Amino acid sequence: MKVRTETLLWLAQRLSAMVLVVGAIVHVSTNIYAVRGGLTAAEIIDRVHGSTAWLAFYLVFAAVAAIHGPLGLRTVLNEMTPVRGRAADLVALVLGVGILWLGWRAAFGLFG
Amino acid sequence: MSVVHPVATVANGGAPGSTGGDGTNHKLDVSIWRGGKNGRFVSYGITLRESQTVLDVVTYIQRHVDSTLSYRFSCRVGMCGSCAMTVNGVSRWTCRTHVSEVVKDGRLEIAPLSGLEVVKDLSVDMTGFFEKWTRAKGAFVPGPGPSRDFAVVSPDSPQRRKVDAAIECIGCGVCYAACDVVSWNDDYLGPAALNRAWTLYNDVRDAGNDKRLAAVAGNVGCLSCHSQQSCVKWCPKHLNPTASIAGLKRATVKAALAGRL
Ligand code: SF4
Ligand code: SF4
Ligand code: FES
Repeated sequence: MKVRTETLLWLAQRLSAMVLVVGAIVHVSTNIYAVRGGLTAAEIIDRVHGSTAWLAFYLVFAAVAAIHGPLGLRTVLNEMTPVRGRAADLVALVLGVGILWLGWRAAFGLFG
Repeated sequence: MSVVHPVATVANGGAPGSTGGDGTNHKLDVSIWRGGKNGRFVSYGITLRESQTVLDVVTYIQRHVDSTLSYRFSCRVGMCGSCAMTVNGVSRWTCRTHVSEVVKDGRLEIAPLSGLEVVKDLSVDMTGFFEKWTRAKGAFVPGPGPSRDFAVVSPDSPQRRKVDAAIECIGCGVCYAACDVVSWNDDYLGPAALNRAWTLYNDVRDAGNDKRLAAVAGNVGCLSCHSQQSCVKWCPKHLNPTASIAGLKRATVKAALAGRL
């Protein structure tokens, strides 16, 4: 892969990590708060249904997760396994698209 | 496999006055790597003298026990960077490492520096190490046209300070041998070459930075560094290659965003 692309992917992983940290704190703390009275699907839907703020949050959250995780996995594959180069790119791409699809589908599903 | 060398059980003549720090004679069990890649450790029993360095011990064995032992040194005062070896599992400059600092239960295991091809015994082939300095564009590139005057670089300028912090490298290879990424990625340029590139990146007289940044970016260069600082921990000159590499990371990202990479 070209040096410039490689460098920009590296940057994307760092930037997505920063957003992910904030996102994870909001996501987990909301969960802990919400679970206090027992967690039911009805309660979750009640909270996020029709809320554009939550929709926006989870769309961003899923997007950065889809960037960060696969790029990290790609590095691990390149460094630690025989799955390198193009093969590692492909695994990362499939995983990234998969996470994005599942994440966004869930976010839109909860929204309404 | 460890074998006891036949001559090795002879101590150094019980040399009168050869004492440990507390005035008593200390026996030292020294295991030294002998042969090439498929060599083995051979044990030598010697008597430790006061204030002996690891290099002194190796020299003693070579001069008095087995003259076929090969190793490399030059200055003996921590300047040339040629005496690095693996001592009790850790890479060290042996001429400035006292036995008392590193000895464990009266034992010293001395092996060639890791990460490089063994030539024989304790000497390694440093070619790969220095080739990476070349690949990292570790040579000064003069600007166009002849220089007509001295370049005045203020010692207080931020760039000169960055150079100062990294310039005292003696090329010993200790950091290189201590780096995990070097051990699993043959092409990784390693802490010393990248540290060198950083000093030139900050040299205001140098005109080779575009090519240099392209050479040190990517998977063989600064972006592969895990920042876990083994290089910092073991560099005998107390340099901080990790910080130099972090500087290169920032510089390469800026260049990539500006389309200069
Ligand atoms: S900080 Fe980077 S260069 Fe230094 S030992 Fe770790 S990976 Fe190697
Ligand atoms: S950075 Fe330190 S450990 Fe590495 S080669 Fe230079 S002096 Fe030796
Ligand atoms: S012999 Fe020169 S640095 Fe050790």
